[in-house]
Amino acid sequence: MGITWLLLFQCAGESVTQLFGLPIPGPVVGMLALFVTLRSMGRVFESLSVSADGLARHLSLLFVPAGVGVMLHFARLAAEWLPIIVALVGSTVLTIAAAALTFSALMKRRQHGDEELPSAEP
Amino acid sequence: MNDDDSLFKLWVYLSATPLAGLTVTLTAYCIAYAIYTRARLHPLANPVLLSVVAIVILLKATNTNYATYFGGAQFVHFLLGPAVVGLAVPLAREWENVKRLALPIAGALIVGALVAIGSAVGLAYLFGASPSTISALATKSVTAPIAMGIAEHIGGVPALAAVFAVTTGIIGATVGKYVLDAVGVRAWRARGFALGIAAHGIGTARAFQVNPVAGAYAALAFGLHGALAALLLPLLWRFIARALSSG
Repeated sequence: MGITWLLLFQCAGESVTQLFGLPIPGPVVGMLALFVTLRSMGRVFESLSVSADGLARHLSLLFVPAGVGVMLHFARLAAEWLPIIVALVGSTVLTIAAAALTFSALMKRRQHGDEELPSAEP
Repeated sequence: MNDDDSLFKLWVYLSATPLAGLTVTLTAYCIAYAIYTRARLHPLANPVLLSVVAIVILLKATNTNYATYFGGAQFVHFLLGPAVVGLAVPLAREWENVKRLALPIAGALIVGALVAIGSAVGLAYLFGASPSTISALATKSVTAPIAMGIAEHIGGVPALAAVFAVTTGIIGATVGKYVLDAVGVRAWRARGFALGIAAHGIGTARAFQVNPVAGAYAALAFGLHGALAALLLPLLWRFIARALSSG
């Protein structure tokens, strides 16, 4: 049942992006709409939880077909491999570090020890 | 008819149906996930990375083109849509905390988005990438469908933008733990958020595997970054393009 709701919200999201020519994909708009709906209901119903959590658990499987698409562009990647690798790896490392440090600096300022957040590491 | 011949015909038949692409995708992922679990979720054993490498090798070895493979794999690919919609669920559960953390969320979003585009464009430029590669790299930390849309606006190649986005996702999911450990950020919320900003959906997938709270913040970051980039990156790009052409 849960998957039906996900598809309905996706359809709604796709319709909105098509109708208004938004530059954001339909599923992202659908996520926003579902979020607003869930917040106004004040709870998440069981069947939806099961479907959404199941898909989230195997989210990485869903990226495999798109990932294999990289093979189509081997020629371009090979021709400019050095700037591409430096930019991808360097920028990804810098972005993770910058976002994490900003988040935790602002979080500490705000909370100032009122709640210690769980701190194990992945 | 000898054995080789009938085997070949069997292969031709199977590879022409969606069955082969779908089976290959799921089998590769099951094996990759088993390795990942056995390696105790070691980031270098990322299941997306392992599956993609294995499938690309298989397709090259059997001389199968991507379109044929995707004929089957599209059924898995299709589920991305409902999965993204479903990311609203962990977010709704976590909302009370999200509201309290509005400042760190907004700050990390803006800083992360600027560092992502600035460092990608800057490094690519310094190392002599061509203009079309640079514009495709600008959207590398944004989820692939949004990256493709932006690339059209700013004169990049959409397919290339998608490739860089997916590759960035895999890199972020793989190196994220080491970077976060190195900068000493240990809170799950900050770790998840950073992964979602830098490595969108694939980083979010990694975050969910490690911790559900990290996953919720990664999903939030990936949605916010996508929306922000779609709205502002085309405007920002005018300044960057001017700076690049005059520099």
